[in-house]
Amino acid sequence: MKLLVCISQTPDTTANISFKDNDTAFNPDGVQFIMNPYDEWYALVRALELKEAVGGTVTVLNVGPSTNDAVIRKGLAIGADDAVRIDAEAVSADFVAFQIAEYAKDKGYDAIFMGKETIDFNGAIVPSMVAEYLDLPFVSQAQHMDVEGNTATLKRDIEGGVEVLSVDFPFVISAAKDLAEQRIPSMKGIMMSRRKPLNVVPAVDFVNPVEVVHFAKPPAKSEVKMIDPDNMDELVNLLHNEAKVI
Amino acid sequence: MILIYAESPEGQLKKVALEAVTYGAKLAKAMGTTCAALTIGNVNDAGSLGKYGADKVYNIPGDSVDNQNIARAVADAAEKLDAEVVVMSFTTTGKSIQGRVAARLKAGAVSGVSALPDLTDGFVVRRPVFSGKAFADYKITSAHKVLSLMGNAIPLEVLGEPVAVESIDVPLVSCKVRKLSVEKQAGGIPLPEAELVVSGGRGFKGPENWHILLELAEALGAATACSRPVADMDWRPHHEHVGQTGLAIRPNLYIAIGISGAIQHLAGVNNSKTIVVINKDPEAPFFKAADYGVVGDLFEVVPKLTEAVKKFKA
Ligand SMILES: Cc1cc2nc3c(=O)[nH]c(=O)nc-3n(C[C@H](O)[C@H](O)[C@H](O)COP(=O)(O)OP(=O)(O)OC[C@H]3O[C@@H](n4cnc5c(N)ncnc54)[C@H](O)[C@@H]3O)c2cc1C
Ligand SMILES: Nc1ncnc2c1ncn2[C@@H]1O[C@H](COP(=O)(O)O)[C@@H](O)[C@H]1O
Repeated sequence: MKLLVCISQTPDTTANISFKDNDTAFNPDGVQFIMNPYDEWYALVRALELKEAVGGTVTVLNVGPSTNDAVIRKGLAIGADDAVRIDAEAVSADFVAFQIAEYAKDKGYDAIFMGKETIDFNGAIVPSMVAEYLDLPFVSQAQHMDVEGNTATLKRDIEGGVEVLSVDFPFVISAAKDLAEQRIPSMKGIMMSRRKPLNVVPAVDFVNPVEVVHFAKPPAKSEVKMIDPDNMDELVNLLHNEAKVI
Repeated sequence: MILIYAESPEGQLKKVALEAVTYGAKLAKAMGTTCAALTIGNVNDAGSLGKYGADKVYNIPGDSVDNQNIARAVADAAEKLDAEVVVMSFTTTGKSIQGRVAARLKAGAVSGVSALPDLTDGFVVRRPVFSGKAFADYKITSAHKVLSLMGNAIPLEVLGEPVAVESIDVPLVSCKVRKLSVEKQAGGIPLPEAELVVSGGRGFKGPENWHILLELAEALGAATACSRPVADMDWRPHHEHVGQTGLAIRPNLYIAIGISGAIQHLAGVNNSKTIVVINKDPEAPFFKAADYGVVGDLFEVVPKLTEAVKKFKA
């Protein structure tokens, strides 16, 4: 099978978030960047497992500038066969999805794997947009996938339960936790990744309909009010009269 | 016109759908236009959406929908009704269709919004980013705009009267994703919609102690949640796991018991309106994110709190 995995780069979860240029841009100084965990741990690994089971190729694709190459190489080290970088700043979900779809549209991928969301902007928009541009069925937030012949059976959590779905290839899937087990790149994988192809292609023209114009930090939490553990009536009273939540 | 897609799994309107209608009605008022709600399939009491502010309620007959045909229907209806803004809920379904609707309408899309847009200089809408560590203001410049609203972000308001449901002639394309089964979570309040949530961590020591938490949740009428290790060890089902890798929730009250407050846990809950932390370690990082804190042994404190809640309710 010919498989495509879309990977994004995000700040490390524990990174201190700050902004620059009058709070109009993210400040990358001193921030460590990683591959978005949903893309790395689940989407990429499940695609590799599928390739190992049925044969084929796994390509990783990123829309971003050359500073993303280290993260893309990590995808190769974990086991992807080759990589593509569409050379442009990922300015919006609309932009990214359009670029991915334009690249993928005539390549005949059997499945396109993505993460359920990026952990920086938490958008959860790109996967369903790509599915629509390519007119493919889409299963979001998959936690389990079995493949038999041309059909995949998938499980996912929905509000208040677990849903089991089935769909025929080709399709788009977004990965949630448990779709696969994280793989650590081996020394050999890292060595080999240096020789695997990373093709850089230009972006296609697109009128971007949405952009971030300003960032803000949430107002500082007021000081925590400590309650005597022997006086739970007081806590209930505060929740009712002060916080007004019960 | 503002078009709201009102989700109604198994024919029941969801609370988040009513919230989306209230949001849409307020947006319509701010923009000097009207708002219509769209439902698909057999929906119980769809006309009641009028109460939450819909000027009109449309229905597309048909059932068994997957994200491809819901999205197609919503986008087609938006075009037919000339809707400038489409609003939906930031749920599993919303996350499956928002991008599709936006792609069809060539619309700028912003997901998980938590407030009405600022219309003083174009259309600028705010949403939490970086797992709740910041907000971003998005400016949408396309003619169509597609928003999804975070649950519990705005209070429900009764703004009008029930209205008659009109059917709208939009074809439903056939589904390519087949639904084989749905395993319902037994009883309880669904976590994503809950206004009150009681959550437990490793401090409980084992699943055999969970009754302590369940009794508090029952007294409050709250949904239950847990930290990730608790779900990983199978003390609690996975759909209760909140945080960066689990659900992000925004209840009015989040009571965290025996949870240390790791940044990945906070990512899922730090938008809660009020946070209570019960932990025996006064240095637990969670206290920094809390509104009210209790330093004490949960095995003693929680039963006392349950009693106090029962007394208050009686
Ligand atoms: C990439 C990544 C993603 C992650 N995603 C998530 C996520 O989505 N959600 C999540 O929750 N975690 C997540 N984690 C894990 C997270 O970092 C923490 O390890 C986890 O949240 C800790 O769970 P805990 O607070 O239950 O346990 P612990 O950290 O062990 O804390 C237990 C707490 O209970 C207190 N305690 C013990 N006994 C008592 C008692 N008798 N009375 C009162 N208090 C007591 C202790 O003082 C302590 O503070 C993630 C980690 C990574 C690396
Ligand atoms: N710049 C990007 N390049 C490639 N894939 C991306 C990019 N941004 C997002 N994606 C994919 O889309 C998924 C969801 O992203 P989002 O909709 O932005 O939350 C990610 O997990 C990736 O699989």
